[in-house]
Amino acid sequence: MESYIPIIVLLGIALVLALLLMSLSRLLGPFRPNTNKLNPYESGMDPVGQARERYSIGFYLVAMEFIIFDLEVVFLFPWAVKFTELGFGTFVAMVIFIIILFIGLFYTLKKGTIYFELKPSISNRT
Amino acid sequence: MDYLYDLNTFIPATIAAAAGLVVLMQSVYKVKINTIFGVTVFSLVVALLFALRDLFGPVGTSFYDMVAYGGTAAFGTLLVITGTLFCVLISRDYLEAIDHHYGEVYAMILFATTGMVGLAVSNDLIMLFVGLETMSICLYVLAGLIKEEKTGAESALKYFLLGAFSTGFLLYGIALIYGATGSTNYADITALTDISPLFMAGSALLLVGFFFKISAVPFHMWTPDVYQGTPTTLTAYFATASKAATFVALILVMSRMMPEIEGVGWTQAISVIAIITMILGNLIALVQDNVKRMLAYSSIAHAGYLLVGLAAGTADGYTGVLYYLFAYTVMNIGAFGVIAFYERNQALDFTDVNNYAGLGYKQPVMAVLLSVFLFSLAGIPPFVGFLAKYYVFAAAVNAGHITLAVVGVLTTAASVYYYLRVMVFMYFREPHKEFDLVNPGAIFKYALIVLCVLTVYYGVEPVFPMGSLIELLTSYYTETGPAGMAGP
Amino acid sequence: MIGIDWYLALSAVLFIIGVIGVLIRRNAIVILMCVELMLNSVNISLIAFASHHGDITGQVLVFFVLAVAAAEAVIGLAIILAIFRNNLSIDITKVNLLRW
Repeated sequence: MESYIPIIVLLGIALVLALLLMSLSRLLGPFRPNTNKLNPYESGMDPVGQARERYSIGFYLVAMEFIIFDLEVVFLFPWAVKFTELGFGTFVAMVIFIIILFIGLFYTLKKGTIYFELKPSISNRT
Repeated sequence: MDYLYDLNTFIPATIAAAAGLVVLMQSVYKVKINTIFGVTVFSLVVALLFALRDLFGPVGTSFYDMVAYGGTAAFGTLLVITGTLFCVLISRDYLEAIDHHYGEVYAMILFATTGMVGLAVSNDLIMLFVGLETMSICLYVLAGLIKEEKTGAESALKYFLLGAFSTGFLLYGIALIYGATGSTNYADITALTDISPLFMAGSALLLVGFFFKISAVPFHMWTPDVYQGTPTTLTAYFATASKAATFVALILVMSRMMPEIEGVGWTQAISVIAIITMILGNLIALVQDNVKRMLAYSSIAHAGYLLVGLAAGTADGYTGVLYYLFAYTVMNIGAFGVIAFYERNQALDFTDVNNYAGLGYKQPVMAVLLSVFLFSLAGIPPFVGFLAKYYVFAAAVNAGHITLAVVGVLTTAASVYYYLRVMVFMYFREPHKEFDLVNPGAIFKYALIVLCVLTVYYGVEPVFPMGSLIELLTSYYTETGPAGMAGP
Repeated sequence: MIGIDWYLALSAVLFIIGVIGVLIRRNAIVILMCVELMLNSVNISLIAFASHHGDITGQVLVFFVLAVAAAEAVIGLAIILAIFRNNLSIDITKVNLLRW
């Protein structure tokens, strides 16, 4: 049971830190709310409504990129666990792997797949 | 285990991958398409030189036994890179003519080539899977290149759905083999002493996955549709380089992985598949009017001939298959290339054989080239196609598979009809209406002429630089032990 | 302690559900989901075998399968998108221009 105490401490710290940061940003930063800013997903889609709503094809593209880059990270975990034992060669290999991933990301950014406009007729925003 | 030494054994694929990344970046920055084309060709030539060096180099495994080098693997690499190089050379003018000349096409081709080389040198089921999928995923994209047209998108969808479906079977097979043996390494699996039902089921599923990829009957349904809807020069790439890589991987699996115990011989199954593939592929090709579709069914038939050599299961058989793959790559790219040239003349639908009437006298050089490639595909003597068929069938007879050889020879005789039919239209029919053909570009023309020279040169028991090619291939299976077993 | 048989049975059943789904469904996205189901059912087998043999290779293969399945899903979605733009439908029985 005692081994769980650090986790509880960690939870406590996380809670305090989150509250602190939120209240600090509210106190120090400018606060000018509008409809778009107060949406649960800012500049995203409306979370309330019918399930069978049509949404912009732009989300689809972002989702496809997310699938790829989300899953490639899986290769980093085994390496990270054994990082110190694997040595320099493996480090170089992983750097090359990340560079390749970065080139892919750079390509999609340059091609502008994540910059899309929400047309009012599609987004159903009122 | 020296890292750089390992990399050295895998250098052609590394070059292709690096060039692919460079080309991708170039196409983002809108570098001139001709520069991108130049970079692609240059990198492939360099990779080809390394592949040639490896052809005569040492034999062994690297990357913790994941990758085989030298011998069969080196020849597979050479085949893939050669096929890719010629497909790229004939692609430029054609893609320009159909308005789909993007830098990304070359990037995709280079990445697919990386996958193919990985497949052709695999010495581990993980490497096999990763190589196969790297190749397939790039090919799905290339199949959908003309996505604005319904046929293009349709061929991509069919290729993707059936390809992914077959991947499922292949992967389940790998999982069962791993379960039965506790290893994915070919050498460990060969050392198996008793055969469990689990292993049998796994190997059967693995073979089904392979049959899908090499489009053997009854797993061939996707082939004609995909070949028809894909841009023609890329069809050539699908039909040759990817098939060569898959077949080399299949040879490696059959010769290095399958345990040498009585009753595990997959010869029976492969023989049956080979027979129905040869018969059905040739029969359906007889009634095709679309030339691309005809060549698709002919490529199914050729998969049948290749399986004959594999069914023989001897050193002779594997040698024959490798030689056949070389011949097939050369002559098929040539045939698709000339068809792509005719297709560039948008005035008529030049994939319909009826519109080939009178073409023989318009651009005589092109017509002669097409005739040579078709004669060679039909297996008529002075060309490489004949010699390749001879080696494969001879191996089958020597291994006691008389039926296979007889069916092979008979179906070859039938196949002459549909190859010659194109030539009859070209030379002996009057054209329907007046038209002019565009000029083939210089690179396009000389690439085809080189292929034609190879077709003729290797048709007459040639003296390959440093001894004959068939002797070199045979040495892979004799000097290093039984069935190409390559010790590290 | 649950034996390896149960994991393998689960994996086989899921794989067969995937195969049947690919063969009988007509919506391209559902077929894509069934293909993913096939690949992921194999993952269950691989992990069960890896645990059974006490060997890490199977788990490594699972990583590769995950990555490949993701790439395949993305390509598949993109192709289905192209089909939809052409046909305004993703019913695969309507994708029948090329035959014979």
